[in-house]
Amino acid sequence: MSDVLAALPYAVAAWVLLAGCYGIATSRNFIHIIVCLSLVQSSTYLLLLLVGWSGHATAPVFGDVQPGVRVVDPVVQALTLTDIVVGAAVTALLLALTIQLAKRLGTIDPDRIRSLEEDLEE
Amino acid sequence: MSALEIVVVMLVTAPLLVGALVAGGAVTAMGRRLADPVVLLVAVAVTVAAGWTAGAVGDGTRVVWPGGWTPVHGEPIGVALVIDRPAALLVCLVGLLTVAALTYSWHFLADTGTPYVVLVVVFLGACAGFALAGDVFDAFVWFELMGVTAYALTGMRIEEHRSVHGALTFGIVNTVGASLSLSGVALLYARTGELNLAAIGRSLRGSPPDHLVVVSCALLLTGVLVKMALVPFHFWTADAEAVAPTPVCVLLSGAMVTVGAFAVARWWWVVFDGSVPESAIRHALVGFGTVTAVVGAVMCASQRHLKRLLAYSTVAHSGVIACGIGLLSGPGIAAAGLYAVGHACTKGALFLVTGLLLNRFETLDEHELYRRGRGMWLAGTTFVVGGLALAGLPPFGTWAGKAAFSTALAGAHAGWLEVVLLLVSALTGGSVLRAGLRIFAGLGEEPDPGPDTHEQPEGDHPPRRDVLRVLVPPVVLMCVGLWLALGPGVAASAASAGATVVDQQQYSAAVLGGAHLALPAGHVEPLWSVTTVALGLLGAALATGFALASLWPSRLPGPLSVVRRPWHSTQRVLHAVHRAHVGDYVSWVLVGFAVLGATLLLS
Amino acid sequence: MTRERASRLLFAVGAAGAAVLFALALGGLPHVGDVPHPYGARAVSSAVGRHTANAISSVNFDQRALDTLGEEFVLFGAAVAALLLLRRMRDEDDRAGVGQAGPGDVWSAVNLAGFALLAPTVLVGLYVVAHGAISPGGGFQGGAVLATGLHLAYLAGDYGVLERLRPLAVFDVAEAVGAAGFVLLGVSGLFVGDPFLANWLPTGTLGSLTSAGMVELFNVAVGMEVASALILLLSKFLEQALLVHERDHE
Repeated sequence: MSDVLAALPYAVAAWVLLAGCYGIATSRNFIHIIVCLSLVQSSTYLLLLLVGWSGHATAPVFGDVQPGVRVVDPVVQALTLTDIVVGAAVTALLLALTIQLAKRLGTIDPDRIRSLEEDLEE
Repeated sequence: MSALEIVVVMLVTAPLLVGALVAGGAVTAMGRRLADPVVLLVAVAVTVAAGWTAGAVGDGTRVVWPGGWTPVHGEPIGVALVIDRPAALLVCLVGLLTVAALTYSWHFLADTGTPYVVLVVVFLGACAGFALAGDVFDAFVWFELMGVTAYALTGMRIEEHRSVHGALTFGIVNTVGASLSLSGVALLYARTGELNLAAIGRSLRGSPPDHLVVVSCALLLTGVLVKMALVPFHFWTADAEAVAPTPVCVLLSGAMVTVGAFAVARWWWVVFDGSVPESAIRHALVGFGTVTAVVGAVMCASQRHLKRLLAYSTVAHSGVIACGIGLLSGPGIAAAGLYAVGHACTKGALFLVTGLLLNRFETLDEHELYRRGRGMWLAGTTFVVGGLALAGLPPFGTWAGKAAFSTALAGAHAGWLEVVLLLVSALTGGSVLRAGLRIFAGLGEEPDPGPDTHEQPEGDHPPRRDVLRVLVPPVVLMCVGLWLALGPGVAASAASAGATVVDQQQYSAAVLGGAHLALPAGHVEPLWSVTTVALGLLGAALATGFALASLWPSRLPGPLSVVRRPWHSTQRVLHAVHRAHVGDYVSWVLVGFAVLGATLLLS
Repeated sequence: MTRERASRLLFAVGAAGAAVLFALALGGLPHVGDVPHPYGARAVSSAVGRHTANAISSVNFDQRALDTLGEEFVLFGAAVAALLLLRRMRDEDDRAGVGQAGPGDVWSAVNLAGFALLAPTVLVGLYVVAHGAISPGGGFQGGAVLATGLHLAYLAGDYGVLERLRPLAVFDVAEAVGAAGFVLLGVSGLFVGDPFLANWLPTGTLGSLTSAGMVELFNVAVGMEVASALILLLSKFLEQALLVHERDHE
């Protein structure tokens, strides 16, 4: 039982990833899809930070604490920071594309857009 | 730092620096005028520098540690840039394709402005960074930079809703793949405590593999396979390449697929070889590759839209490249690499010719264009020759790759893959040939007019004398393909590059320190032999036969017409699957990841 | 089977397979908190060796500065992409000529709070950028605070004031300077005989503002770039929302 509990945080990260994918797979709105995509990206932040965490350790900033004190892994935090910036950039880009799509077609429902495109080809 | 090390650093940073400077300079009119030539100059410089580096580094491997953070006691602290001949040649190829794209777009893509060239040059820098990255997270960052620039470039024609939709689909599917890859990075870090490729590999080889390692391998590969457009990660390809501006299609088809393939090969040999069983990755790559080749070829044959046709043919050829990597041998990598370069050049040339058609006739529907290209002799010849080249006719680039494949397949006792190669050649080459003959020679039966297929042109149609200038990039690319087949020493270079990729000990020794013994490339089979030429001619003949059968379907001889019904039903099923929306594409990515993981676990 | 049911079935199959694989993998992970961090330990000792109190900044701007270079250009690329994708189309006009979007209809308390907070927020942003090497923060975080702090003017209800505070050409250039600056700072190491992206300035004492050498300068470059990129992005989105409309046909 304690093994299952110990693996629970990792399972949460996997759950968030799959929940985000579910959102994208069943969505009727592109903005909702992009938000679910940022959810998928958040699951990676969570997984990275979990991997870097240590019990009874403090932040790796030696302002108030002296070097030599046990700290959590700074590498993983740097990776997460990079990942967040990348995620924000991609989100902004996709939202810009969505705005233009809405202006052209008047809708951001993926199903309606697909059938609109098919109608235009018949 | 030595001259070589400085050049290596410049391969990645010069395009980025120039991109930033050009973007800043765009506030002045002079800056805007200088943007195109400056960026073109940088692309040429990167191509030449990468070529020089490939020669300078020879059979060895050199490592650059930015910041001076060399490993301490064999344990890395900084991020490594690793240069060897295959990586340098890859950067050279991407540079060449970028030069072709920029030359074309300088005059023949309207509304470009400075942001377009900035994004193209940053894409070049990102590809260089990805090819040279010796650290798995650094590779991820360059991967995302490639993605961001590519999504924006694909959706550039904002007046066309199909462009924007295609770019959105592209972005969403690739980002899901990238997130899965990053999860793999996190799991590997948890297991090994390292991010450097060689260090992870060394750590994994120390202990027997378990589920964590195998699943991390599947996760890591998923993101790259999405870029490489293997089935079932490929659905974004046709949607994006059908609607992207022509020069961007050249980059997506040629650069992205090849860079993805290189990453698969590099990561396998440096990180997972020795821990994940060889049979596992062989089954996975050859399996996925074969399915991709067949699906891509069949879908290609049934397209009327020229860019979609070329996009599906890219998918098919990408499957062939994956099979080559799956042979897990030096000659296999050499063949895959040579094939990839030949394909990139040919496909780039074909896309550029379709750009000319789009600007002149404002449509890319093959049936709509029936007979309208008559009189465009140079464009027509390039297109038809490109189709024959895709079919593997000697002495072109793709044939050179296929010739190298024959050697590799014989060595790996996988001769049955020749059938797959021939099928891909026949269907993809045949489709391009059919389209070319229909449009430029006016052959074939009168096709049904079909729906309205008008498309916005990308630029103004150039006056007659400038048409020749438009055709310089595609003709040059086809000549590069010719050089691959006819040039001296190409087979030897490819073989030595292949040997370097599979030489894991040399890579580890160069990165982590230690003695290294470069593996010899072994006996190099020449490209030209009776078998290879015969197979090439056979492929071209099959392609021609397919093209003629499609041009005159009513005159199909009796025994052959029995295939018509199953052919059409297969196409109907495949089309129904491919006409999905982005949510389904993401589900397919998950399915693909699951199948990949299962294949790796159970082999 | 209808399309929708087929889609759901496809997702169910994919998610189930992925879940099984994740379960197998996560079973092999050490418990949370027990994961060994050899690289982390090396990074911390290197950071202390370079007198950088904030080990994360040391990793970002010193040890793994190449990653940060790429990351900075991702944001740069997104801002340039917004300029490309949200450009004025041939059949669009913006209201700038007709009359700008003026003060919105907000409570005067919100208006006052917004303007009162603007200067302190920008100051805090500058502080976070400058102290990136010695306390949590840095160029990325500080740049984000700066960019959004400026937009307090918009939140306070006055788009016109925001436009005056935010000459776009200036931020175009600032973004380019920040991005190019990072690369040039990296190249500067080459001129003193050090490798690319080397931290070659003297590294002071741990915890002081002049410690950590080049990390401070890299921080400033990144802060400038991030703030400008975010301001450009937000400006394009706000233009689309407030100003751009289809040209009226007579």
